[in-house]
Amino acid sequence: MSSFVPSAPVLDLDAILRDPDVHIIVCTGSGGVGKTTTAAAIALRAAESGRNVCVLTIDPARRLAQAMGIAELDNTPRPVEGVDTKAGGSLDAMMLDMKRTFDDVVERHADPERAKAILENPFYQSLSSSFAGTQEYMAMEKLGQLHSQAQADAIWDLIVVDTPPSRTALDFLDAPARLGSFLDGKFIRVLSAPARGAGKGLGRLASVGFGFFTSVLSKILGSQVLNDVGSFVAAIDSTFGGFRERADATYALLKDSGTSFVVVAAPEADALREASYFVERLHADAMPLAGLVLNRVQELSLPKVSREQALAAAEGLADGDANSRLVSALLQLHADRASTMKRQQSLTARFTSAHASVPITTVPALAEDVHDLDGLRLIGELLAQN
Amino acid sequence: MVNWSGTALHVVSGKGGAGKTTVAAALAICLARDGKRVLLMEVEGRQGIAQLFDTPPLPYQERRIAIAPGDGEVWALAVDADEALVDYLASFYNLGRAGSAMRKMGAIDFATTLAPGLRDVLLTGKACEVVRRKTKRASNAYDHVVIDAPPTGRIAQFLNVTAQVSALAKTGPIHRHAEMVMGVIASPQTAVHLVTLLEEMPVQETIDGISELHVANLPVGAVFVNMMRTPLLDERQSAKVRKATLPKSKIGELAVAAGIRQPARDVAEGLVQEAIDHVRRTDLEAREQARIDDLQLPVFTLPYLAQGVALGELYALAETMFDEGIR
Repeated sequence: MSSFVPSAPVLDLDAILRDPDVHIIVCTGSGGVGKTTTAAAIALRAAESGRNVCVLTIDPARRLAQAMGIAELDNTPRPVEGVDTKAGGSLDAMMLDMKRTFDDVVERHADPERAKAILENPFYQSLSSSFAGTQEYMAMEKLGQLHSQAQADAIWDLIVVDTPPSRTALDFLDAPARLGSFLDGKFIRVLSAPARGAGKGLGRLASVGFGFFTSVLSKILGSQVLNDVGSFVAAIDSTFGGFRERADATYALLKDSGTSFVVVAAPEADALREASYFVERLHADAMPLAGLVLNRVQELSLPKVSREQALAAAEGLADGDANSRLVSALLQLHADRASTMKRQQSLTARFTSAHASVPITTVPALAEDVHDLDGLRLIGELLAQN
Repeated sequence: MVNWSGTALHVVSGKGGAGKTTVAAALAICLARDGKRVLLMEVEGRQGIAQLFDTPPLPYQERRIAIAPGDGEVWALAVDADEALVDYLASFYNLGRAGSAMRKMGAIDFATTLAPGLRDVLLTGKACEVVRRKTKRASNAYDHVVIDAPPTGRIAQFLNVTAQVSALAKTGPIHRHAEMVMGVIASPQTAVHLVTLLEEMPVQETIDGISELHVANLPVGAVFVNMMRTPLLDERQSAKVRKATLPKSKIGELAVAAGIRQPARDVAEGLVQEAIDHVRRTDLEAREQARIDDLQLPVFTLPYLAQGVALGELYALAETMFDEGIR
């Protein structure tokens, strides 16, 4: 039983970290709930309990990145200094560079000449650096790469992934497929048809609907853009088995029993609503959910005194001497915290009433931000102890 | 005190979770005071405004959602890029019916996916159209437009539409459209406000966001520090907490005498621990406040509301903004 949410089962994080069959932990949730810190803390705790861990972070706070030695973007996991390796574990960390990851994919699959043509294509450049969904696609791609690397060289037995700060947590699951179908879709085929020469593409282009479609598109976007898209698709067509297929392969990896999802939230209405959507989605897709991490929970050092009791006593002391006024202020402070906690609990109860079987662990609101390994270690302990 | 009577377009951004939708809504109410008409616009398809005002989801159509003190009116609009493109095709190319046919084919979705910059131009373009719109009597249709905009990390890119579009098209109609939009956004008629909390990451993002806005020559308005807790300990009391000189036994004794029915020692330990946490927090907030003050921008502070934000709280926040000098 969790003390913050008495009705919910407790998420036993250490049991998951110790389970040798768990190879991937995905931390997900809406923006601003402490996902990156949670992922880093889980990775560190796993490493110090003997796992060989690689953590893939997306957009860590600068000081945390510096502390982990990953402030420089080079898109390759590097060993983290200062990790306790007595239990035989290790920790490598990296920060995702989405453009670099995309470039690597191109370079790995195309001969040098074609790769050069793709990399220099203006449409590819905007696709690889600013496209909606590219970050999610590349996070999945990188996860797939790290996973096969881990299997081939046996350097890591656990990969912990942080997910991009999307508008909704579901984007991590949906954006790659969306981008995949877009790139493999019928419209883009039509645009690439002229570049591929005559044939059925041109036949389709001749159909009134598409002809009209391309003419309106070139009015809006300019014909140069359409040409760029066309030659990009033609160049990439012979290189890949299809974007959709690649995205599907990593998606299948997420459904594997060796994967475990940790949904991160804060006790606020929006964050819990997102968490709820995500939990439902994992369930619908039969993806393995470990549980919910609830960050920034208000805890009390004096749990037995209610808000009302504290306020009543505070009022009686408000007009006394300096010490009485001090105690009055302290009691008001307590009342304030008690009401925050109550509100958080009732918001969380809405989540648990819909998802009664989801295990929960909580991390209290800390007075200061985390930006070193000691801070991460403390978060790890708090996550494991509930 | 700020005078925003000439600022037609207010863009409200902020870190996720800092409360930018709440601040945008309260600002709209505050600006609508005394007979003004304000349009509150949403661009991310989240229906956050409808949730906040407890109304059914907003359509792509302006509708009145609240009134403000002194006969003011707040209208709301959820802009959708696909609809805005149909709109754009209809008004610039006379392609109204074709636009909706293309929409049915999924072609419009395709076009906005192909060119993410296009999506942003259409969204900001709609805001600029409203800003420039006149009534029959040639006065402005709205006194102010307030946008609940994308988060700080994306705001400069979102607003810098000509840069986004020039990557796509160096000439042509969409380019001219982007220049028209930029003519409004990068002018003194516009102010970009950032909402933050007094925590390290949100403040850092705010500072970074402001320098990106400066680089893009976009007009920065004010910083809104949101969810600020009232200081419950005065300076002398806080100093005692820092120096660990709180009179513990006296605290336990007084609290029990005032009616707390728990062992005096537990009460003292608990209250002192909570005071220590509180002072650490407020010290951190003071450090972050100093970084915000260094920005030399107007700063408005909004209180933390333990009960959450519903319609009544929005009016209270709008009142706070008025009291802090927003006109």
